[in-house]
Amino acid sequence: MATQMIGSSIKRVEDPRFIQGKGTYTDDIKLPGMAHAVFVRSPYAHAKITGIDTSAAQAMPGVVAIYTGQDTQADGVGSNPTGWLLPNLKVPPHPALAVDRVNYVGEPVAVIIADDPYIAHDAADAVHVDYDPLPVVAAPDKAMDGPTIHEEAPGNVAFDWSIGDQAQTDAAFANAAKVAKVHLINNRLIPNAMEPRSCVASPGPTGEVTLWLTSQNPHIHRLIIGAFVLNLPEQKFRVVAPDVGGGFGSKIFIYSDEIVVTWAAMKLGRAIKWTSTRREANMTDAHGRDHVTDAEMAFDANGKILGFRVNTIANLGAYPTLFAPAVPTYLYGTLMSGQYPIPAIYCHVTGVYTNTVPVDAYRGAGRPEATFVVERLVDLGAGELGMDPAELRRVNFVRPDQFPFQTQVALVYDSGNYEAALNRALERLNYADLRRQQEEGRQQGRYIGIGFSSAIEACGLAPSSVVGSLGAQAGQWESAIVRVHPTGKVTVQTGSHSHGQGHETTFAQIVADGLGVPIEDVAIQHGDTAQSPFGWGTYGSRSAAVGGSAVAVSVKKLQDKIKRIAAHLLEANVEDMEYADGKAFVRGAPGRVKTFGEVALMAHLAHQYPPDLEPGLEATTFFDPTNFTFPFCTHVAVVEVDANTGAVDVLRYLAVDDVGNLINPLIVDGQIHGGVVQGIGQALWEGAVYSEDGQLLTGTMMDYAVPKAAYLPMIETDQTVTPAPQNPLGVKGVGEIGAIAAPAAVVNAVVDALKPFGVTHLDMPVTSEKVYQAIHSQAQGA
Amino acid sequence: MYPAKFDYYRAGSVGEAITLLGQNPDAKIIAGGHSLLPLMKLRLATPAALVDIGRIEELKAIWEENGGVMIGALATHDRIANSDAVKRVAPAVAEAAAHVGDQQVRNRGTIGGNIAHADPASDLPTVLLALDAEIVVQGPNGQRRIPAADFFVDLMTTSMQPDEVLTAVFVPPAPKSAYVKYAHPASGYAMVGACAALDMDGNTIRRARIAIGGATPTPRRLIGVEAGLVGQGLDFVSTVASSAGQGIDDWMGDIQASSEYRRAITPVFVERAINAAAGRA
Repeated sequence: MATQMIGSSIKRVEDPRFIQGKGTYTDDIKLPGMAHAVFVRSPYAHAKITGIDTSAAQAMPGVVAIYTGQDTQADGVGSNPTGWLLPNLKVPPHPALAVDRVNYVGEPVAVIIADDPYIAHDAADAVHVDYDPLPVVAAPDKAMDGPTIHEEAPGNVAFDWSIGDQAQTDAAFANAAKVAKVHLINNRLIPNAMEPRSCVASPGPTGEVTLWLTSQNPHIHRLIIGAFVLNLPEQKFRVVAPDVGGGFGSKIFIYSDEIVVTWAAMKLGRAIKWTSTRREANMTDAHGRDHVTDAEMAFDANGKILGFRVNTIANLGAYPTLFAPAVPTYLYGTLMSGQYPIPAIYCHVTGVYTNTVPVDAYRGAGRPEATFVVERLVDLGAGELGMDPAELRRVNFVRPDQFPFQTQVALVYDSGNYEAALNRALERLNYADLRRQQEEGRQQGRYIGIGFSSAIEACGLAPSSVVGSLGAQAGQWESAIVRVHPTGKVTVQTGSHSHGQGHETTFAQIVADGLGVPIEDVAIQHGDTAQSPFGWGTYGSRSAAVGGSAVAVSVKKLQDKIKRIAAHLLEANVEDMEYADGKAFVRGAPGRVKTFGEVALMAHLAHQYPPDLEPGLEATTFFDPTNFTFPFCTHVAVVEVDANTGAVDVLRYLAVDDVGNLINPLIVDGQIHGGVVQGIGQALWEGAVYSEDGQLLTGTMMDYAVPKAAYLPMIETDQTVTPAPQNPLGVKGVGEIGAIAAPAAVVNAVVDALKPFGVTHLDMPVTSEKVYQAIHSQAQGA
Repeated sequence: MYPAKFDYYRAGSVGEAITLLGQNPDAKIIAGGHSLLPLMKLRLATPAALVDIGRIEELKAIWEENGGVMIGALATHDRIANSDAVKRVAPAVAEAAAHVGDQQVRNRGTIGGNIAHADPASDLPTVLLALDAEIVVQGPNGQRRIPAADFFVDLMTTSMQPDEVLTAVFVPPAPKSAYVKYAHPASGYAMVGACAALDMDGNTIRRARIAIGGATPTPRRLIGVEAGLVGQGLDFVSTVASSAGQGIDDWMGDIQASSEYRRAITPVFVERAINAAAGRA
């Protein structure tokens, strides 16, 4: 029997290329005669444009062209659309280049096309724009009282959305023995993909265009830029996402940059490249999170959760971008039941426009925000009830016999065993011992804290009919072609996209097992609309569950065809055929066998062939599952607070995750590590900060604190495995759960450490200064 | 990340560098480039010309002199951090150099560039001030030695003349010296850095030299703490250190750490630096 590939921790096949600097990223692409674009961006958060003088820049040698919003408007460049329509969503126009008004710092006002990027930057500095500054609002909780940004959205309200039963929830609170309450901020984050955004547009001789782009979903980029913005028919428009160095959501969306560069390349008949600087990335990549929330949770005397009420103001920034309306609504309010059968929930969300860069999906997208609210309140409830936080979770979990479980906020959880994950975590921690150490430490002035986060996620974004009913202007299936070549080598084309996930390894593992071929014989292609079938791309932890399943179904189709061809060659009935380890054989007569190679060759020669069967050996699948998947976990952070300085040291981080079956445990661990680190970063250090006049104060890596390896413990991982019932691989998706669970675990741990000081809540990022002040003000008050 | 246009000259000697500076009034000296280039890429600095002194071999040496250590301006942070002479004569200097940036930065960045830049959050200026180091500079009229106390004038401002080249740093002996810092989580620079050097007689402190940096526009000597420690044993350090920062009224702050917070935690790091220095062999 060949080595089982699925479940095997093989090293990533893409890594030698990346580690040796041999990847091909968008900025590596150089074309003959290629010009370079640089954008002139607004230094004001809100202003009228009263004049643009490009004459000095235009006169500089090497400047090819300068365009403003007047030019794109005159050419009919369309508004950049949102892809998710909520009822009564107020959608203002979103021009590619600002025409008479700017709404955030960094909004593009003009583009310079020049022979090289140095000249383009010099020319950008020489463009003189006259602004008439307007009053600014940047904070979400001030938006409704701020200056109107878009006429279409009075009071800056983009939408007013709710889910659950308000009256039933009010009634539950009336019967509560204890109520826990919190006012909290979910801090605004900058995605910080390692590779900044970049694009190269190259026009062909007869109206065709190729756009290389840092994209998580090249087909969506082609569809929207082509059909909705530039009126460029799909058969003439090719979008290629080559190697892409991380996205975390930020490369899902359609940005002005690639619209304008594609348009200008066609206008000038010349290839143009644009690559973001890190400072531009901080200013213009869609940010994440940015909620202000009031929430309360009602408990009975035994700790059972009776009701949950949440009121959130979500910052959308200046414009509604591709996924933005869905993130604080359908990806947020629907998760408010957590891992608990909460009988009454009401979640109300107001989405607001502000003079900040748009806010959209960022690793976890809505679900980290929901988890943070749920898990903070469970901990606050434990405090109110005088219960251990692990025990309070245990008495509330949805029990295994309650699945499928219908929550009060639309979702049906298909499977799970939440207590098992908690138990595993407590065992590995030696929980009782740890609590004892905590107590002993407190006697000696050492402040250790233990924080739990039992998170649920709805991911594997799909099915199409459901997302459609929720306002998505998109399907959410995924595609795969598995093509067997005459010599038995295999090429897979997927509509999914890898920008760090490791598709070239995991998808090959699926094929290697299914066809019984060496993994080296399988190549995975993705990211080129001229090559892959239409697909919706990678986000929402959907690649393995939806894209991988499409591969698995194609493999199953090939197994069926192989059996038919082999049955013909062996003069056997197809019903008697089996396929395993790369061999098709007659059941009970293993000597009557045809190898995969023999069948692959015959499928192409078709000399001796079933009369009713087409030659060739390839299968195409468009897989649309029946439900989301529901990964769950219990994560535990153990921290120590230095009471002298407020510094927080993460001593241990344990992640027990149930992401269903594991295709590659090494990659699963890597995804958990990365997600957890981003979550710890949100909890302790990260935060995009705008001043009251809308200036971004965290514009560089000198100010915006991404997590550093030296500040982190070795992350401990473990799994329980509850296979997902709705896809053939039984996988759930693992890309986001770390970032979803970690913020609550860390903040709960810090608050637990500060229990002797009477601290019940701290907003993220929990900087050492905030901790110091909390200790100090409590000490003074005492 | 595209700097504005500039001319580039490579100086083969210190003399040539001084001449080039005289001929190019808007020129800046470049060595490792780890302070200047980031500013140029952001176009916050737009020098008309760069005079590259990075290949002048004689500026790279580190040697012991008069019981102290002379560190050439082009010595990299990595070489200083790993220099036996520096570790023996003035371990706080090696410690501070080891705290600068990350390994790539330490491989390229030089002590001369670091202190000529006079970033208030930088580590080495604090240590050089505490240890009464002298900055050796050379100009058209010859060489002069500037005490560290007179060198750091203000935020990003030194007492060097535009046509002077920083050639070396002399650090007097300070075998019982230590540097500790609380790093900014984004930049890695000091939010508070503290350096202490002690002369001890058994368990009694005979002389203390203490400076803080990162929290103020220039590093500061803590004269009151220094005086308070003289004649005291180590059990008194905490009490004396608690007054650290008194009298300072220009604390800096940012979104990570306000001026009040930096003031509040300064005594903690001063105490840690003193105790670490006392622990040195």
